[in-house]
Amino acid sequence: MEPGELAEHLFRREAGRLVAALTRLFGIHNLALAEDVVQDAFCRALETWTFYGVPRNPSAWLTTTARHRALDVLRRDATARKFAPDLRHQLESEWTLSQTVNEVFEAGSIRDIQLRMMFSCIHPHLPEETQLALVLHLVCGFGVDETAAAFLKNGPAMQKRLRRAKTALAESTELFRVDDREDVAARLPAVMRAVYLLFNEGYHGASAHSAVRAELCAEALRLVALLLENPVTSTPTTHALAALLSLLAARLPARVDATGNLILLMDQDRSRWDSALVAEGRRQLDLSASGTEVTAYHIEAAIASLHAEARSAEDTDWRAIASLYETLMVIQPSPIVALNRAVAVAQRDGPARGLEEIGKIADRRRLLRYPFYFTALGEFEFRLGHAREARKQFEAALRLARNPTERHFLEGRIQNCGTLQQRH
Amino acid sequence: MPEFIYLYRSTQDQYREAVSSPERAQQMMNKWRAWMKDLGEKGFLTNAGQPLERTGKVVGGKKTTVTDGPYAETKDVIGGFSIVKAKDLDQAAQLAFGCPIIETGGSVEVRPVRQMDG
Repeated sequence: MEPGELAEHLFRREAGRLVAALTRLFGIHNLALAEDVVQDAFCRALETWTFYGVPRNPSAWLTTTARHRALDVLRRDATARKFAPDLRHQLESEWTLSQTVNEVFEAGSIRDIQLRMMFSCIHPHLPEETQLALVLHLVCGFGVDETAAAFLKNGPAMQKRLRRAKTALAESTELFRVDDREDVAARLPAVMRAVYLLFNEGYHGASAHSAVRAELCAEALRLVALLLENPVTSTPTTHALAALLSLLAARLPARVDATGNLILLMDQDRSRWDSALVAEGRRQLDLSASGTEVTAYHIEAAIASLHAEARSAEDTDWRAIASLYETLMVIQPSPIVALNRAVAVAQRDGPARGLEEIGKIADRRRLLRYPFYFTALGEFEFRLGHAREARKQFEAALRLARNPTERHFLEGRIQNCGTLQQRH
Repeated sequence: MPEFIYLYRSTQDQYREAVSSPERAQQMMNKWRAWMKDLGEKGFLTNAGQPLERTGKVVGGKKTTVTDGPYAETKDVIGGFSIVKAKDLDQAAQLAFGCPIIETGGSVEVRPVRQMDG
């Protein structure tokens, strides 16, 4: 057999799929067993493909291998273990066993189960960051170390955290049911928030590796796609979230220059924005405009869409953006939203007005640990020609910078201040 | 050129360590493929060979006893073999150093294939 190509992150994708399918059969209390079977399948793949090459359809190969192992386990441990209680009768009888296992391993069925797994991970008793780590680990197939890297934790600490979280999941025997509209409605906001936070971790996160961060954004887009596939979880708000993430992700290629330096939205080369993602974002934004609920996702997506429509920063409808931020202040008031509003006002009415607006932010103290606060102040001062003051602000921002990309960017700004000072 | 057989030895645990996370499995897979491909492109590989199951039976002894597999997880067993051509044993051994199995604590046993040279 000609060795085929190995798709990027193949094993990660398959881990998410297979753990879900096996957990469906074994019950979530047997999560560790499901993970074990997946590892066995990977082991077999490594031992076999090395000699015969990667099969034409590696996903199907792994699925078949895992399915056979699942049948073995279900037969072997039938008396020793309790498997998924709602499948008990089907799994007990040889007549229905393989039929049931085959059905669970069908592609469409696996997607549904992955969705259920995602909801299970957003366990109300777990802290938010643990929920996110679980989603990344169990649904997206990130290993313990990669999950740790995504949240800047060390491996053993993350291992411990995940182990405890899995124990919490194992208290139940069944995956979350997504067919019950009320249960879904109660947990969906937290699920969406998790997806949003995961994306943010990628977009603004502290991880030094921009590759890790781009992957987090990509995973968040995959997760929101999973939500959109099921009629129960595909609400207008889900579309708004999908719109927001697509429109923001569209800017990723233009966000850093060739040397890895951060480029502010205002200065980005918009021809490098991903036009397919912009189009998808717009489509999702249209779909979000039904129903009665207007969420922060709706507003943020509308803002992102206005940016996507503009050919340049000057060409942007800053008036509309400033007013959308005002709406956002009503729905979800926070000093960060107020800061963003001030930036829009500055674009519309000039930097002096921007400074004035920042001065008016209630709770401004809470921004003192936020690098963009000082960056914004620095930008306004710079544009007013106040080199010394601008420099002071950029230096404050630099002390708070969360990753090398931000640091590079701010060091460049500080240098510009020096040039500006000399000119005066 | 003389032929050599590579016997890939490792424990089940070592193999499991090689796939301890999906991304690690991916990396190991890529390393194995790269190593095999390199041997092939440089003309050393006669036959990529085949993997062996970890189960089996050992037959022998005066009473012709049969011992059953599967072997214990900690037991070092041959997981597969390949056949290469090299100038001499030293070169064949040198080439084996690049084998990813070594990274996970396994080993490659390099044995010259004896020819019927009378």
